[in-house]
Parts: sequence; C-alpha cells; structure tokens
Amino acid sequence: MTKKSGSNSSRLYVPEPPFRPGDTPDYSYISVPAAHSPSRPDPLCDADETRAHATSLIRVLRFNGETQGDWVPDISAEVLRGALRDIALTRAMDERMFTMQRQGKMSFYMKSTGEEAVSIGHALALNDTDMIFPTYRQQGILINRGASMKEMMCQCLSNSGDPLDGKSIPVLYSFKKHGFFSISGNLGTQLIQGVGWAMASAYKNSDEIASVFTGEGATAEGDFHYALNFASTYRAPCIINVVNNQWAISSFQGIAAGEGETFAARGTGYGLATLRVDGNDVLAVYAATKWAAERARRGGGATLIEHFTYRKSGHSTSDDPTKYRPESEPEVWPFGDPLERLKNHLILIGEWDETRHAALLEACKSEVRDAYKAAEAMGNLSGETKVNDYTMFEQVYERPLPHLDEQKRMFAKERE
Amino acid sequence: MPQMNMIEAIRDALDVKMSQDSDVLVFGEDVGYFGGVFRATAGLQDTHGLHRCFDTPISEGGIVGIAIGMAANGLRPVAEIQFADYIYPAYDQIASEAARLRYRSNGDFTAPITIRTPVGGGIYGGTTHSQSPEALFTHIAGLKTVIPSNPYDAKGMLISAIEDNDPILFLEPKRLYNGPFYGDPHAPAKTWRGHELGEVPSGHYTVPIGEARKISDGADVTILAYGTMVWVAQKVAEDMGVEADILDLRSLLPLDIAAIEASVNKTGRCVILHEATRTSGFGAELAAQVQERCFYALEAPIQRVTGWDTPYPHAQEWAYFPGPKRVGNALRDVMEA
Repeated sequence: MTKKSGSNSSRLYVPEPPFRPGDTPDYSYISVPAAHSPSRPDPLCDADETRAHATSLIRVLRFNGETQGDWVPDISAEVLRGALRDIALTRAMDERMFTMQRQGKMSFYMKSTGEEAVSIGHALALNDTDMIFPTYRQQGILINRGASMKEMMCQCLSNSGDPLDGKSIPVLYSFKKHGFFSISGNLGTQLIQGVGWAMASAYKNSDEIASVFTGEGATAEGDFHYALNFASTYRAPCIINVVNNQWAISSFQGIAAGEGETFAARGTGYGLATLRVDGNDVLAVYAATKWAAERARRGGGATLIEHFTYRKSGHSTSDDPTKYRPESEPEVWPFGDPLERLKNHLILIGEWDETRHAALLEACKSEVRDAYKAAEAMGNLSGETKVNDYTMFEQVYERPLPHLDEQKRMFAKERE
Repeated sequence: MPQMNMIEAIRDALDVKMSQDSDVLVFGEDVGYFGGVFRATAGLQDTHGLHRCFDTPISEGGIVGIAIGMAANGLRPVAEIQFADYIYPAYDQIASEAARLRYRSNGDFTAPITIRTPVGGGIYGGTTHSQSPEALFTHIAGLKTVIPSNPYDAKGMLISAIEDNDPILFLEPKRLYNGPFYGDPHAPAKTWRGHELGEVPSGHYTVPIGEARKISDGADVTILAYGTMVWVAQKVAEDMGVEADILDLRSLLPLDIAAIEASVNKTGRCVILHEATRTSGFGAELAAQVQERCFYALEAPIQRVTGWDTPYPHAQEWAYFPGPKRVGNALRDVMEA
C-alpha cells in the first residue's frame, strides 16, 4: 500500500492511516482469503496450535452466500433467520436513536452499524447465563437476549422509565437480568473485571463463563494486559473479544498497536488460544465463539478472539467521520455488510427471499417506532426528563450516610 | 482474653471470616504460600486452601480489577496491596469502577470488596514505602476509607469491612503493627502486650464503621488524629499535662462528625494531626468542617500538624515525621492563643 505522506521531517515515526479525507480509498492490498482457512482444531488443543489462527482469518460465508471450510457451524435456518432479524432490529434501533439524538431528544448515542454480526453471532453461541462485560457497541447482545427495547431507549432518554434513574449517559446500559454487565465510560476497565468474574465462576465450580469485550483502540490500556495475564495465570473460563472496527474515534488501528501484528496475536505471548475471525460473517463469529466457549467451559482456559470488522458510522453522535476518513471508505471496505451477507446465504439455501426480507425490515422499523413512541412518552431531554432529582443521592452507598443526608437537606433548601 | 498485635488481629479477622463464609477470598502479591511481606495472611493458605488464599501477579490494577469482577459474581474478596505506595496503578479501578459501580448501574451491580494496604512511615521505607494517601481516597464518592490504630479495632473493623456491601479501603498503619508508637524512634519499642487494646476477643465481633473512638477525655483541647498519630498525641498531651479530648477518628469516610462537633464545642480548641502531606490533606477537610460547625465555640485558630509537602524522605524520615516536638508546639500555640 502507499502511505499518505505527512509533514514529519524528523526520525520519529508516527503511523498514519492509508487514507484520509480527499483520498480515494483502495483496500485491494487487504487480501480477503478465499480458501477459508485455517482449520478448526480441537477446542481443548494446546494454545500453541492456534498460533496461525491469530494471523489468518476464520471465514465461513463467501460473498456469494455459500458456506465453506472447517468452521461451518451446525445451525438451523430458523436460528439464522432469528439472527437476521436481530441484526436488522439492532440496525433499525440505531438508526432511529441517531435521528432522535439529532432532534435533541437525548444527549448522545452510539451506533453499531456494520459490526452487528459480532454481537449477534457471539450471543447466539453463548448461554444466556454467561456474563457479558461489554463496551458501548454490543447493544446487539441485548437485542438477541430479548431485553426490552423500550427500557433500553428509556435509558438513552434518561427519563422516568430509565432503570438507571438517569445516572448514566445514554448507551451505558446495565442489565444483570440479561447477563450484561454495567458499561463503563472508562475504556478497558471491564476486561480485567470480566476475568475476575470468570475466576469466581471457576471457584464456585459453575459452568458459567464470562465474555469480555474491548474495541481495538482500548487494547492499549493496561487493563487489557492485566486481563490477558490474569486469564492466562488462573486459566479463567472466559473469552476476551477485541472488536477491531478499524477506528477509535479518529485514530486508525495502527495508533493503538503499531502496524506489525494483529490484535489476536497479542494473546500468543500470554499462552492464550487465539482466533481471528471475519466479524462481518455471522456464521464465522458464531463458530469461533462456540469453539472458545467450549474450551472455557471444559477447563481449557481463555481465548482471545479478534473480530475483524468495520465501523460504518462515526464513533458517536459527537463526531463527523468525514473529517478524518474518506467518505466512501465504508462502502469500499472489502468485507461487505453483515446483514447482506447473511441474507444472501439464506436466500441461496432457499430459506429466505426478497419479499420476506423487505417485510422483515418494515417490521423492524415499526417495532422500533412503537417502542420509541412508548419510551418517549416517559420523558426526554428536550422536554422534561421526568426523573426525580433527589435520586442522585441514592445508590452512592448501600445505605445513606449522614453527610449525604445532610447534603440532600441542603439541596432541598436550594429547591425551596 | 487473647493478646494480639495488629498483624495477628488482622490475620485472625481474615481467618474468622474465611471460616464463616466460603465467599471470602484473600489474594495479593506474596500473600499465599509466604503469607504476605508483613505476615498478615500467614497460614491462611494452609488452613483454607490454595483456591482461597493465593498469590497474584505484580499488578495492582489487575488485583483490584479481578476483585470487582469476583464481587459482581457474588464473592467477598479481600485484596492486599503490598504497600499503599503501590496502589496508584489501581486508582482507576478503585475510583472509577469499584466506587461507581453501584451508582452507575443504579444498584444492579455492586462491588463489596475490601482492599487492605499498609500506610505511613517509621520503618525507613523512603518515598515508596511510607506514604499516607488517604486524602486521595476520601475524595471519592462511593468509597469508604478506614484506618484503625490498634489490634482490637483492626480486627473488629476488618470484619465489618468484609461484611459491608460497599467497597472499603482498609488502611493499616504499619508502624503500629507490632506495638503502639509514641513518636520517639529512639525509645525502646513497645509491643501491644499489656495494652488494653491489644486484648482481642477470639471469634467474631465487629467495630462499626463510621464511629470515632475516644482515647482520652479532657476539657482543654480537642485532638483529632488517626493511625500512628493517635499514640503520639496521647503521649504528648500526657507529657505536657494537657487535658486533651483525643478522638481516634478510625473511619475517615464516613466521618463521625457528631463526635467531633461535640468535642470541639466542649473544648473550644482543636488540633488536627496526620502524617500525610499538608496541602489538601484530610486535615484540611477536618478544619473546614470544624469551622463550619463550631466557629462560635472556637477560642483559637484550628491548628494542623502534618508531614511536610515533600515526598517521604529516607535519611530524613524523623525530620519529616510530625513527631512530639511539632505536635507539642501546636498544642502550646492553641492553648496560649
């Protein structure tokens, strides 16, 4: 590839993405493997046997919709249609919420467009009692696990229906009842916590595993290193997922980790099993997760999975991606769109058609519309949130402490 | 009544809780087979098993991180940070995570963890084995910070901390591990043997978090102290013949402000002691609260006696330490004002 030449006139090397606004992106240098390698080893193999998997790419779905290779999972058409619906519903919800943020109904929103297959394929392969330690872009897991979309929307709207009483910014969900850990705005911290959760599960001789997520950008945090190290030391039953969507706000992946090696390969030095998977291929994500979950549950320890995907939207409603990358980049990204790829597969095997697909998209849209209407009726940021301000004093500690009670009285006086 | 030093009392608290509750795990650097660099966990691995008292990598952020995850999964972890000076890599996990988890999830997830760590100087530890970082933690909403000054309180408060459903930072004044320290490093070392607070009941008992302990009753002046400074205060007041109302705060957050207020309203004078650096130290918070509540009862300016605003030096340890001379001068000033 040719690198855009910067203005650096010293010996200090600062990596730059191949394309910036104004360039015509050409990703032909990224080879999309046609052979659908590598092979699928036994889930209890030596971690060493997955070394090659860290630098290749597990794929199941070809672009024409055919499946191929060792990793083709045994999964029914009905389940796959459910996955298609989950991806479409997640996307429809993201669209709606983004628009509503633009209308001032909430302070902030984050879409997962383009990388929904990572969440959906992953969730499909786990048990609902396995605990997810998510980042802010795994809303698809909540959709898959049947969380109430209205409740999710109320959280984003910080209104009277918000289970968090307006304490957290939009998208930082907490759904213990769906095995979904409270999302932190401090990136990476959940990684080592998830490993601790998994250690506790092992201590209790439970079959439950933890699955922890980070974007590729936050792998630069110490917490990622802690997580890999502790997961290796204590053989914690967990899966450590790096969702490599190429962009951390405006920084390309080379800033997070240099350009020498894959994120999956970070696991090799820790003696962890490592898989690198086409994150736009829901079947491949499912297959890789199944493998890692089985390994964890049977005592084989942790697996690091890099989900290679692409963030089609901006990081959040607060940034304009055309300011730091070519506008057409999402379209030319060589791994296609996860929704289209699954749809093509289902059509090819005779389990789906365009008419049903159009109906599905319509049904998702109207489900989202109805849920949003019901959610907004409970308040929003542009009108009235209908959240009781006094709840800000609650849940700081299990029981109120005297100094907080005093401050609550001071606040009441302020309100007189 | 069994006699224990502070290390033995802490170990006994851990043993009691581990025996009662299989959800209690103990871990940290060198705490397993070896039993900790200060021996606070000696024998626990033998008694309770490798899976309940174990060594961790040298990774304070990782230690607190796994504690949070374990607690979220129903356990009651007790993590040891070998020296408080090493706690900073874990600051994000403590300040942004453990302390905030209940709040940000509105009670959906909680982190009932106890973090034990030795604080304070007096053992020639220099800049990296002597710090008293309590004020960096009392500033954090959602965290409780306690610091016992004797074996009886150490055991009772550690049991309370482990049973508490909020995250607690449990600071152990290392100079007091083996005996009370009265401020003169050249005087023969005292042990806890024979001291009434070295008498530690066996089995389970608790000392509530949030209550100060009255060390002595007096009408002349209130001395607010915690950790090592409690015993320095007692000695100086005795030597000077000052009738001091000495409060061992024990719990910094929550703070027993009622006890402080009652005492200062009675004496009209207040001296605040801590070993930590002066600027933005916990003494500043205490002075502010005392003047807010007791201004009209005060007959003299509030005095602070603290370490200097320098790192904790090695050879100059006793020049840094707020010893009897510095405490005595402040007491004299406040009495003569």
